[in-house]
Amino acid sequence: MAKIKLPATPSNPLSSPKRPGKKYGPSGVMGHAGEAGVTAVDWIDERTSLSGGLRWAMFRKVPKGTNWFYTLGSATMFAFLSQAVTGVFLAMYYDPSATRAYESIQYINNDVFLGEFVHGMHRWGSSVMVILIFLHMGRTFFFGAYKYPRELNWVIGVALLVMTMTMSFSGYLLPFDQRSYWATIVGVNINGTGPLVGPYLSEFLRAGPYFGATTLSRFYAIHMLMVPGAIAALMGFHLYLVAKLGTTAPPWIKAKPPEELREEKVTVDP
Amino acid sequence: MNKEQKEQYLRDYGTLKSQGKPFFPYAVAKDSAMAIVVMAVIIAMSIVLGAELGPKADPTSTTYTPRPEWYFFFLFELLRVIKPPALVPLATIGVPTICLILLFLLPFYDRGPERRPERRPIATTAGIFVVCAIGYLTYLGAAAGPPTQIDIPVPANVSSQGPEAVANFEAGSQVVAQSGCAACHKFGENGNSGPGPSLTKIGARLPAQAIQRTLLNPSAPMPSFSALSEESPTQFAQMVGFLAALK
Ligand code: HEM
Repeated sequence: MAKIKLPATPSNPLSSPKRPGKKYGPSGVMGHAGEAGVTAVDWIDERTSLSGGLRWAMFRKVPKGTNWFYTLGSATMFAFLSQAVTGVFLAMYYDPSATRAYESIQYINNDVFLGEFVHGMHRWGSSVMVILIFLHMGRTFFFGAYKYPRELNWVIGVALLVMTMTMSFSGYLLPFDQRSYWATIVGVNINGTGPLVGPYLSEFLRAGPYFGATTLSRFYAIHMLMVPGAIAALMGFHLYLVAKLGTTAPPWIKAKPPEELREEKVTVDP
Repeated sequence: MNKEQKEQYLRDYGTLKSQGKPFFPYAVAKDSAMAIVVMAVIIAMSIVLGAELGPKADPTSTTYTPRPEWYFFFLFELLRVIKPPALVPLATIGVPTICLILLFLLPFYDRGPERRPERRPIATTAGIFVVCAIGYLTYLGAAAGPPTQIDIPVPANVSSQGPEAVANFEAGSQVVAQSGCAACHKFGENGNSGPGPSLTKIGARLPAQAIQRTLLNPSAPMPSFSALSEESPTQFAQMVGFLAALK
């Protein structure tokens, strides 16, 4: 990547001090208005000290050789954000009752301004997010990025993967058409064959021994409150660890100590 | 990795990191470019593919094909690859659970210091194998298509009972076909061989009573047809009759 050109150094970096009696800082209404943004940020920072954390996250260094494969994680996050925003718009019209769900989606598709467009973004966004999360996982796997000291970040990542799949499973029922209804029945039944927890999991998902009126609202609560909340929290932790530990360098890049250090080593070693 | 290797890694990483560039604006610029691509793809897919709805869910209806979203195909196909009924619980939950546990624990059993894919032959081969397996199973699932057609010639013992029996047999075949049974069962040339057993000669193995019991009270993952039997007893009876006649 090309280096960004540094701004030219000012010709006179040390401006002469103000004469005694003259006020420091901006003067006049316009001067103060110009400083308003800085003042507001300073006001917040004085009370929160957020700028330190922000500087720590934004101006940390990314190792040499970082390439486009390293954008897959943030692309996954971006797809999730898109799902969250489009999901909020769908939730404004969606009605999670067995008798009204289908009609409310029909209403979104046919009558709401840009409704089908937003609905389509949400539907296909899920495919995009699943593809991206698998690509990101593949990248971290083949680059050996799950090894020391990033083991925990891998484990959190797998939890994120499971929850992403849970999102698509629970969302599939919501349109409540034939396809989603019967696919979900079979899916829940498959869950039920699992050892130990299987039957309980199925009962929990169905909200009872049979698919009933409350099943849909249960899926809705799982889909729009429970799992996305957990995903957002874990994503925050995942990203905190990324900033804390730094992203890996591509595995084939060799570390060459800078010249000064190498010379020093030659003189120290016998 | 032992202590020495860990320290070596941290030292090398520190060097590489100090020679790198700040996250802002370099990495942020790449991430933003990627975000724009992601957004463009989602918007394009929404415009081209839309968000059509199928017919409304109807617990009593008999025209459905239980197909999951495409990225679950590989899990669904796993059910078909593993045939013997005794092993089905293994396929439905056993294999995925084991794979998931292996995935979770990966950093704890693969502890070598080497990170280059070409110098980790086992990990890299296993990774490529999993990618190919998932790709192949997804392809199988996509190619299977919605199975709603069953052509079985009317058996001799039915045609000898007169035209009414033949009509009932064909109506039953319709109901079975539209109920999507062939998504999981084989009927002669039609249908998928699994996860359910082949039903080509089910009438020879089970009496009508037992077939009816299974339809009302199936073992998972098969859905129950008790709703159909209540809403439309004739169709349900035709379904049972058709299956019982398959000998
Ligand atoms: C919601 C899903 C996820 C989001 C938003 C996410 C986000 C990120 C981001 C932004 C990074 C920074 C480096 C990069 O982009 O490659 C990262 C790194 C990482 N992620 Fe994820 N991730 C997700 C899921 C996963 C999954 C499923 C795994 C693996 C099972 C995983 C494992 C890792 C590891 C090991 C790193 C460190 C990589 C390195 O330092 O080179 N993540 N993640």
